[in-house]
Amino acid sequence: MAPKKLTKVILKHELVPKHEIAKPEEVAEILRKYGIKPEQLPWIKASDPIIRAIGAKPGDVIKITRKSPTAGEVIVYRYVVPG
Amino acid sequence: METVKYVSEKELKEILKEAEKILPPRLINELYEELKEQALTREEVKKIVDLAISEYSSSLIEPGEAVGTVAAQSIGEPSTQMTLRTFHYAGVRELNVTLGLPRLIELVDARKTPSTPLMTVYLREGYKNSKEKATEIARRIEFTKVENVVKRVIIDIISFSIILELDPEMLHDKNITRDHVIKSLSRLKSLKANIVPDPEDPYKITIEVPFEKEPDYAKLFKLRDRILNTKIKGIKGIKRVIVQWRNGEYVLVCDGSNLVAVMRIPGVDPTRTISNNVKEVEEVLGIEAARQLLIKEMMNVLEEQGLDVDIRHVMLVADIMTRTGIVKQVGRHGVAGEKPSVLARAAFEVTVKQLIDAAARGEVDELRGVAENVIVGQYIPLGTSRVKLLMKLHIPTRTKGEER
Repeated sequence: MAPKKLTKVILKHELVPKHEIAKPEEVAEILRKYGIKPEQLPWIKASDPIIRAIGAKPGDVIKITRKSPTAGEVIVYRYVVPG
Repeated sequence: METVKYVSEKELKEILKEAEKILPPRLINELYEELKEQALTREEVKKIVDLAISEYSSSLIEPGEAVGTVAAQSIGEPSTQMTLRTFHYAGVRELNVTLGLPRLIELVDARKTPSTPLMTVYLREGYKNSKEKATEIARRIEFTKVENVVKRVIIDIISFSIILELDPEMLHDKNITRDHVIKSLSRLKSLKANIVPDPEDPYKITIEVPFEKEPDYAKLFKLRDRILNTKIKGIKGIKRVIVQWRNGEYVLVCDGSNLVAVMRIPGVDPTRTISNNVKEVEEVLGIEAARQLLIKEMMNVLEEQGLDVDIRHVMLVADIMTRTGIVKQVGRHGVAGEKPSVLARAAFEVTVKQLIDAAARGEVDELRGVAENVIVGQYIPLGTSRVKLLMKLHIPTRTKGEER
């Protein structure tokens, strides 16, 4: 668990990719594209320090923009689960 | 003669914008950098981009490909060539770091603490180019106990006291004075003793322990241990700090790990400071950072051993390990132990236990995976047998008296 003071710092850490709460339209689109339900996405816990820092709630879908050595930039989604 | 109209950079960007839906950003950049150097017409550029798209599409993994098996073999085969040695860390002779197969096993087992926790601390602007400032921070971080600066401990039974003889060299090395030691000793609440600095020898401290009636010698020995374990300064868990010159700046390599505490030290660049402890990073920086670190550490081990494993295999392993939001090991207590199929789990480890437990729970095997279908001798659901035929049945309504 990250203490309060560090929340800003961890968001800027070089190991942490950009996390943002995905818009409902966007979520609907990717769910249709893959033909899945949101809980079939990879998960991320609500207690995850980054999730707390951006203030997401269980049920949200998080859009993660990773830097990838193979593709340059990759967008993945994670579903926030309680825990 | 007809003038040839070459494509402008703006037009080139436009064409590439179209391709962005299919091609990844890195390929788009590569195409852009190459194409803007050439004198090409619009048609030619389009042809090249189309060719790139078709080339890219044909090299994509096909649905139903056994990527997990391919990854397992691609990592497993080179691992057999790894040596079981623990290597010295490159550049730091004093620090041993687990590498090779033991480290790889440690990573996929998702152990709580690695056998050699290590932290690389980067410094902020203004600190990173000065050796003095780097050393100063190193001294602040390094965990120092009384034991580390003491040359000799004498237990004086007659006067019932403990005499500490400090080591001047160690004091200088850690930048500590006798007063520091006395101060941290007087902070020990349970120590009801008189701390007397020796007036003649500047490196001697006498600790007089008061006693009632009978002197308790066992207590005296216990007290000695407690005094030696008293913290003078530093961060818990950091056993040693080494200042190193790396890529044009001073970096602190720490034996031991405590991310949160080190990130708070002024002068430390908290956005670049990392630990090799995956669980710790998961707690402090989240699951995505843990995934990133897993890939980094695994690739580091493989590359250090001179094994050329494609990063995509390692990324797949890291993806599976972090899928449920926490780092799970690739073993019977993690990924493999949570397979939905009874037979697949039984085929992995502890067969009898798996079967008995499954029987007790009344589990049903749907035979959807690979392992269970190999066991029963059916086609495995991979490649072409991954797909099933769905048919809309138009059953003609039977008219009376008609035979089927």
